[in-house]
Amino acid sequence: MTLKTRIIPCLDVKDGRVVKGVSFVGLRDAGDPVEAAARYAREGADEICFLDITASHEDRGTLLDTVTRTAEEALCPLTVGGGVRSAEDMLALLRAGADKVAINSAAVKRPEVLTEAALAAGSQCVVCAIDAKMVAEGRWEIFTHGGRKPTGIDAVEFAQLAEERGAGEILLTSMDQDGVQNGYDNELLRAVTNVVGIPVIASGGAGTLDHLSDAVTEGGASAVLAASIFHFGTYSVREAKEAMMERGIPVRKTW
Amino acid sequence: MRRALFCCPPALFPPFPHAMQTVCLIDYGAGNLHSARRGLERAAGVSGLRIVASAEPEAIRSADRLVLPGVGAFRSCMEGLRARPGAKEAIGEAVARGTPFLGICVGMQLLADRGLEHEETQGLGLIPGMVRELKVGSLRLPHMGWNDVASSRPSPLVPKNNDAYFVHSFCFDTEDESDVIATCAYGEQFAAAVQRENVAGAQFHPEKSGPYGMAFLANFLGWRP
Repeated sequence: MTLKTRIIPCLDVKDGRVVKGVSFVGLRDAGDPVEAAARYAREGADEICFLDITASHEDRGTLLDTVTRTAEEALCPLTVGGGVRSAEDMLALLRAGADKVAINSAAVKRPEVLTEAALAAGSQCVVCAIDAKMVAEGRWEIFTHGGRKPTGIDAVEFAQLAEERGAGEILLTSMDQDGVQNGYDNELLRAVTNVVGIPVIASGGAGTLDHLSDAVTEGGASAVLAASIFHFGTYSVREAKEAMMERGIPVRKTW
Repeated sequence: MRRALFCCPPALFPPFPHAMQTVCLIDYGAGNLHSARRGLERAAGVSGLRIVASAEPEAIRSADRLVLPGVGAFRSCMEGLRARPGAKEAIGEAVARGTPFLGICVGMQLLADRGLEHEETQGLGLIPGMVRELKVGSLRLPHMGWNDVASSRPSPLVPKNNDAYFVHSFCFDTEDESDVIATCAYGEQFAAAVQRENVAGAQFHPEKSGPYGMAFLANFLGWRP
């Protein structure tokens, strides 16, 4: 009996459509997040993550509808992030069918929002999303607004604070590695997993199947999140799991 | 339309030989109702199901089966349930009459006599025992993700051993070991599913646990304790 390392395909959603493109064979419409999520779930994804990058906060209705329809289709947990500013925002997503909600900029601005969210719905559904960039050897700083805005806040210290404040999990994205497909920033991961007791999801940089395993063995990640390698059909979730099994990492077998 | 006035009301003459069963999904503000509803509907398949999401005593008393979801802390869930007038009493009555009952995650933990999360809180007391923090040593909490569930005694509810999805930091210590029908291990062995007479619970989320979870829910829907 072992807790399995989770593989989490991530979909960027804008105005109710998947952006960045998903090229599944046999999908009627690759831009439909519901269909893409259901497909990943069938392939054996252990969780699905939606990041809403809709520009306006007013247009949350579309996201809530997408979340509801996805939760009905995919029989695995769903994490939703992007634009969550308060415990109320989080509750709206949970009511729509999300299982966990990622809070990013709002938590950096006001860490108490994590406590408010945890009190409202329990730590288990509060994910603190941290976007970090290396600023010196062994030092990472948090950047917000899609990596454009430096904050001067130390990412590792903030991860500890997030745990204290009530986050149940950390989604740690390396802004240096994101989209580059050169591998996760395993030093950053190790720095954070060494100091927190909650699970950490590795994000940003997966390009090969070995990268996924490295994040676990070198970085200490409990889960690996990836977008590109799955979207473009480079690898399937099953291939990712088989590769991890070969490296001796326990995964959930769905085949 | 005029003809309809002279027709017998459909409820008196259901189109199926067996009336569709009604499941009351107890809605007390502390559960992911969407997923639980969808999970039950899927598990029911073609035989269909009427699901009522409610905490009204009458809905609870008249249902064929009861499902109590739950996320968050033991105390806040119990407070949420107590805040619904008559819900706790109606659950007690229905269970005493033999209505099959399923608690999910914190909904299972609420079956205990008491919970020790934050401060000690009285539970529903339907299965003797208490809810305490998992002893995991250096492992991370919450226990979050997919882990093996193993049947620990023959039960019509538990499917063939497989992975299920867990998110919790606390576990249900039953007083009577035979109330545990399946176990899981994370730092220590703990109850993954419990059952005593017509009352059952799953620490994992069957509605999120793929085919294993669907099989579990289908077993519950067909269960005649």
